[in-house]
Amino acid sequence: MEENKSPIMERIAEANKAATTGIDAKDIKNWIKIYIMGKAYTVPADLTILTAMEYAGYKFVRGVGCRQGFCGACATVFRKKGDYKLLTGMACQTRAEDGMYLVQIPFSPAEKAEYDLTKEPYEASVLIKYYPEVVRCVSCNTCTKACPQDLEVMDYVQAAIRGAFDSLSETSFDCIQCGLCAIRCPAEIVQYNVAQLGRRMYGRYGQGVPDHLRKRVKEITEGKFNEDMDKIIKCSIEELRKIYTEREKEPE
Amino acid sequence: MTQTKTDTPKPTPTNTSKIPYYPGCTLKTTAKNFESSAIAAARALGIELMEIPRWNCCGTVFSLADDDLIHHVASVRNFVRVQEMNDYGLVKNENRLVTLCAMCFNTLKSTNLRVKNNAEDLKKINDLMYREEDYQGKVEVLHFLELLKSIGFDKITSRVKKPLKGLKIAPYYGCMILRPQEVGIDDPEDPTIQRDLLVALGADSVDTPYKRVCCGSYQTVKEKDIVAELAYDILSHAQKEGAEALATVCPLCAFNLDNRQKEVKSKHPDYQEMPVFYITQLMAIAFGLGKECYGFDQNYVDPRPLLQSKSLIEKQGS
Repeated sequence: MEENKSPIMERIAEANKAATTGIDAKDIKNWIKIYIMGKAYTVPADLTILTAMEYAGYKFVRGVGCRQGFCGACATVFRKKGDYKLLTGMACQTRAEDGMYLVQIPFSPAEKAEYDLTKEPYEASVLIKYYPEVVRCVSCNTCTKACPQDLEVMDYVQAAIRGAFDSLSETSFDCIQCGLCAIRCPAEIVQYNVAQLGRRMYGRYGQGVPDHLRKRVKEITEGKFNEDMDKIIKCSIEELRKIYTEREKEPE
Repeated sequence: MTQTKTDTPKPTPTNTSKIPYYPGCTLKTTAKNFESSAIAAARALGIELMEIPRWNCCGTVFSLADDDLIHHVASVRNFVRVQEMNDYGLVKNENRLVTLCAMCFNTLKSTNLRVKNNAEDLKKINDLMYREEDYQGKVEVLHFLELLKSIGFDKITSRVKKPLKGLKIAPYYGCMILRPQEVGIDDPEDPTIQRDLLVALGADSVDTPYKRVCCGSYQTVKEKDIVAELAYDILSHAQKEGAEALATVCPLCAFNLDNRQKEVKSKHPDYQEMPVFYITQLMAIAFGLGKECYGFDQNYVDPRPLLQSKSLIEKQGS
């Protein structure tokens, strides 16, 4: 909305032009200095860490994904000018600030356990069997401080220890598996892998089959969609393409 | 603002008093029967054990090292949760934290003493937990047995509907509720609190010098044989004194004395298996509470035949 046009929004708009549309550097009014892996770069103010790094010349083939804060690929750690705290965030969601020291952590090395859900008991012991280090948690809460999704990571680790699959699943549901909790954990727990096993167990044994799924499976087996399916199978590629592009979409 | 005074105090909806309750991980996994029987027995006495929201591990073992503060953070964080229960009005001016598990009790109380007596330690821990409100050092860690004692064993007797007449039980204490002395809830050499409770329930309490001898503790993970021998000493001496079962409040002791009877039996073929109760299971029976809170399925040696022989529970299938 026009009336909301504030100086800061103008600055963001201007700054982003440079990185995204190739506006000439002489048109940019506000600059900041950031340190990427220790080397100083002058970049337009109000960029995200991700776009600031791209402006500085970095090209990402890994460690970047959706650019919308959903995929968890662009984990970053940084310190701000004058602040001793080591901070974390997603590079696509965090604004670069003057005097910031930063580096990307595109991947958190961790072994993924292999298991067969159908052969495991629905008990705390399954989590401890595959991820025994989970009981090393000292409740320091460093994981929670590191989480860019603001999840109560320590709470779900504690829920895992006592086999509370319901609260483990609910508390960890918005995890994007960026790995920052695991990198920071002094007990070397890989929180997101523990949570994933917990949610799988909960989905299989704790929640039961939802009613709407039962109904839909019944409709399918009773042949509700057979006629439509037959039509689609007989379509040519062109007809299929037309159906696809003209299909009813969910509202954006 | 003026306050209007009424002559009659507001009637409370129930006579129940709410106390923050710290379960610990074992009470949620291998000792569910301890929790279910204790919560039901407490309720029968007008006490609501309110599970502390967002509780975390107690720390498992109290670290004795001078400079190992990180291992005390877990306990202190739980004390902050008790403060929050008061802040949010879940309990009213209730700084007591009640535990059932003897290990959790020992760890929580030891840590509480350390930070209460050492302002510098508490400050360091509070600083590390900067996202939480500071722990003010006002929480009081109580074991459930102490809570029962404060209610009075005569009151407990008055609640008994089915006295445990003729049931010969040896109370077993282990170490965690007795030592060190500043943490212990009873005489470390000659404890009597469980005896008094058993007598209040109408049972015959059988004394044995092995009531405070180590059960083998965590040796049970690696050295089953050592633990089986210790369990054999404790159990067979209780039997010689005429006990038909043991009663305890420690899930680790219970595991070593109950489940390890499998190994005891294989080493000593003449040994006769004997049930090991959580004392709260005996309370639930004596109070005439519903059998769904007994949780005997989690006991290794099935106590039902013994209880049936004393007509304390109904025969199965009847």
